[in-house]
Amino acid sequence: MKTCYINGVGCISTQNTFETEFLSEVTLNETENVLFANQPSYKEFIPPAMIRRMAKGVKMGIAASTKALKEANLDLPDAIITGTGMGCVEDSEKFLKAILDNNEQFLTPTSFIQSTHNTVGGQIALGLQCKGYNFTYVNGAVSFETALLDAKMQVENEEANNVLIGGVDETSSHTLELFKLINIIKSEADKPYSVVTPNSKGVVFSEGASFFVLENEKKDNSYASVQAVSIMSALEMDEVQDYIGTFLAAHDLKPSDIDAVVLGNNGDSEFDGYYDSTKTMFEATPQVFYKHLSGEYNTASSFGFWVACNIIKNQELPEIVSLNSLKKEKYTTVLLYNQYRGKDHSLIVLKNAKT
Amino acid sequence: MKVAITGMGIISSIGNNVEANYHALVNGKTGISTIENFETVHKDVIKVGEIKLTNQQLAQQLGLDSDNNFSRTAMLGAIAAQQAVEHAGIQHINEYRTGLISATSVGGMDMTEKYYYEYFENEACRKYINSHDGGDSTHKIAEHLGLKGLVTTVSTACSSAANAIMMGARLIQSGQLDRVIVGGTDALAKFTINGFKTLMILSDTYNTPFDHNRKGLNLGEAAAFLVLESDDVVQKENKKVLAYVSGFGNANDAYHQTASSENGEGAFLAMQKALKIANLKPSDIDYINAHGTATPNNDLSEGRAILRIFEENVPEFSSTKAFTGHTLAAAAAIEAVYSVLALQNNSIFPNLNFNTPMEEFDLVPQTTLKEKTIHHVLSNSFGFGGNCSTVIFSKK
Amino acid sequence: MEALKQELKSKIIEVLNLEDIAVEDINDNDALFGDGLGLDSIDALELIVLLDKEYGIKLTDPKDGKAIFESIETMSKYIAANRTK
Repeated sequence: MKTCYINGVGCISTQNTFETEFLSEVTLNETENVLFANQPSYKEFIPPAMIRRMAKGVKMGIAASTKALKEANLDLPDAIITGTGMGCVEDSEKFLKAILDNNEQFLTPTSFIQSTHNTVGGQIALGLQCKGYNFTYVNGAVSFETALLDAKMQVENEEANNVLIGGVDETSSHTLELFKLINIIKSEADKPYSVVTPNSKGVVFSEGASFFVLENEKKDNSYASVQAVSIMSALEMDEVQDYIGTFLAAHDLKPSDIDAVVLGNNGDSEFDGYYDSTKTMFEATPQVFYKHLSGEYNTASSFGFWVACNIIKNQELPEIVSLNSLKKEKYTTVLLYNQYRGKDHSLIVLKNAKT
Repeated sequence: MKVAITGMGIISSIGNNVEANYHALVNGKTGISTIENFETVHKDVIKVGEIKLTNQQLAQQLGLDSDNNFSRTAMLGAIAAQQAVEHAGIQHINEYRTGLISATSVGGMDMTEKYYYEYFENEACRKYINSHDGGDSTHKIAEHLGLKGLVTTVSTACSSAANAIMMGARLIQSGQLDRVIVGGTDALAKFTINGFKTLMILSDTYNTPFDHNRKGLNLGEAAAFLVLESDDVVQKENKKVLAYVSGFGNANDAYHQTASSENGEGAFLAMQKALKIANLKPSDIDYINAHGTATPNNDLSEGRAILRIFEENVPEFSSTKAFTGHTLAAAAAIEAVYSVLALQNNSIFPNLNFNTPMEEFDLVPQTTLKEKTIHHVLSNSFGFGGNCSTVIFSKK
Repeated sequence: MEALKQELKSKIIEVLNLEDIAVEDINDNDALFGDGLGLDSIDALELIVLLDKEYGIKLTDPKDGKAIFESIETMSKYIAANRTK
């Protein structure tokens, strides 16, 4: 069985993560309940004839994937697997609004075509002329993790030598308003917002795209290897410790083997308790958080994955993502845990490729 | 390595369970009709494969409380998945490492389009805001089954359910899971009706797959699920195996966002991969359940791809979409059930409404029910974004 | 006729989101599809809706669009002869 290495990354987020060194230019938000992506200029990635119809999610996906492929020095992956919670929701809204406002008349196909969930993966394939395996998973907070699991199996079983994977989600005005109505998004009245000490319900909502090249070969520029991935549909808070313990044991790991644990805390007072048992379990371990930088969206965990990759590659844990101020000399084995509103739990173990 | 199918369930416009679907297939009884469950200005100019049960009736069948927030997609899925689990004789769903992989394209769009503006005025309907995304329908099905484990959703347009089957089989083959419930569900929605209308590929009459004068597709709604189990579980539980998933392949046409390439490259590659994984020659295939949507583009492209694979020896083929309409993300799941029924009953189901062969090639589908010993069925499903999938089902 | 042509050009630029193209860049006899303006089959569907919405002309078969949408010249002639609004 082959090992699955991460050999290229590309990340577009609410921070300037696309064109800078890892977290060298970040700003901390405490007053906005919706954050928008810091998008690059797309002209160098996408021909003008194609860009005119593209949704934001497609553009972010193409730019982030181009960067990941370039870094891995790969022209054409064997497979493309994406995860997205909501797909290109802006075009879905546009088309639906047109249906309702014009009583099903004078509708045009472009926004309908873009609303299909696999439009990002499909258009990346179209641009690269990649005729290989092309999947899109859409399951809330495990959309990206399912893509990762699928890719890992294919790389390990030698069905694919390399796979491009990514998580992408975009915001859209109507959906944001709906999420505010039901307090999925934090209320204005609850400012300032904090992820470290959650004091209100809901999350700071955002968007982004993080793409990765996975290969069966270790290279000089490898970030890490993907050791294990687990997905669990739902858990009670008191079941989390057992879930993590069983998962680690199944991979011959003890909590003390973990050099850093990357947690998906998003500042929602109702659900961040899910991370409490992890904090106890890994009391002596450096704890990392990231959603205070990325905001929350269905595939925000792919931003966390990007953070973990960089910590391992750089062997350095930046202060801004450190939750308990602990540091280590070496970051060999890193565990990621994420969940959203008690559902879609995921665990990932990454290992330093150089060990 | 083949993966055993030990249970299946289905609800479609031709029947509310496996037996009813089989009965309609052998009797040539179509489910295409005029839309009744919701209002649309296109009511009189399109036909659909609609399940003639209201949301209230579906909720009642599932025993849901009045404060439930199931979309129609979730309800159809729960009904079909429950049938599949019962059919497989599963008593304790979490006894083995069990997963659920569903497929959907519209998810809870049926509720979103109903309450899009009303959400701001009426608090009572807000429970559906969280039912919009595709993953929600899958979670609802999992909760209905009491399943806790790997739950995820595939959405690759009209090939989605084939890809859910593929991922399920892969998870069992790699030893990650012992049992996976795989399939797909999609309800009819104004969103998709109008979407396909803008692409000008909706027929104004009964769809006629592979016919020279085909005018486009009829949309349909359906859900179907299969229970896949590892050999270990099959042996330990002494399970009756209905059929096996013996091969699968997915490829991208990389040609156009919605249309298929002229020579059916993606379809060709998908069939080629599936045959290779199944370790079968084209001549081993006894029946092709074609994608056959009856759009001018699909049937020509798929026909050419079939000819490239099978050359002079194309086995009997038919599209069952004249029965059910095109049920989008659920299509490959309902056609998986039909493929297993074909294997079990040694029957090829007719391609209804066919009259005139296409002039581009010499391909005539099977138009009447035919009895024939069937060992291997190849089922095609293709979707937007160039997504092309093939699954091969085998008796042994 | 000249006014209609100008109007068509600006409407096409608008509905097809042709950001980098100005009205002056499109000649009356330039091919709209293929080598000319580079439009594709999705654009053709958008133009069919444009005919319906702006000029009250309904095309039911997308294949009919091919000859009509050859150039601004052919399109404006067709609209002038068939418009209902």
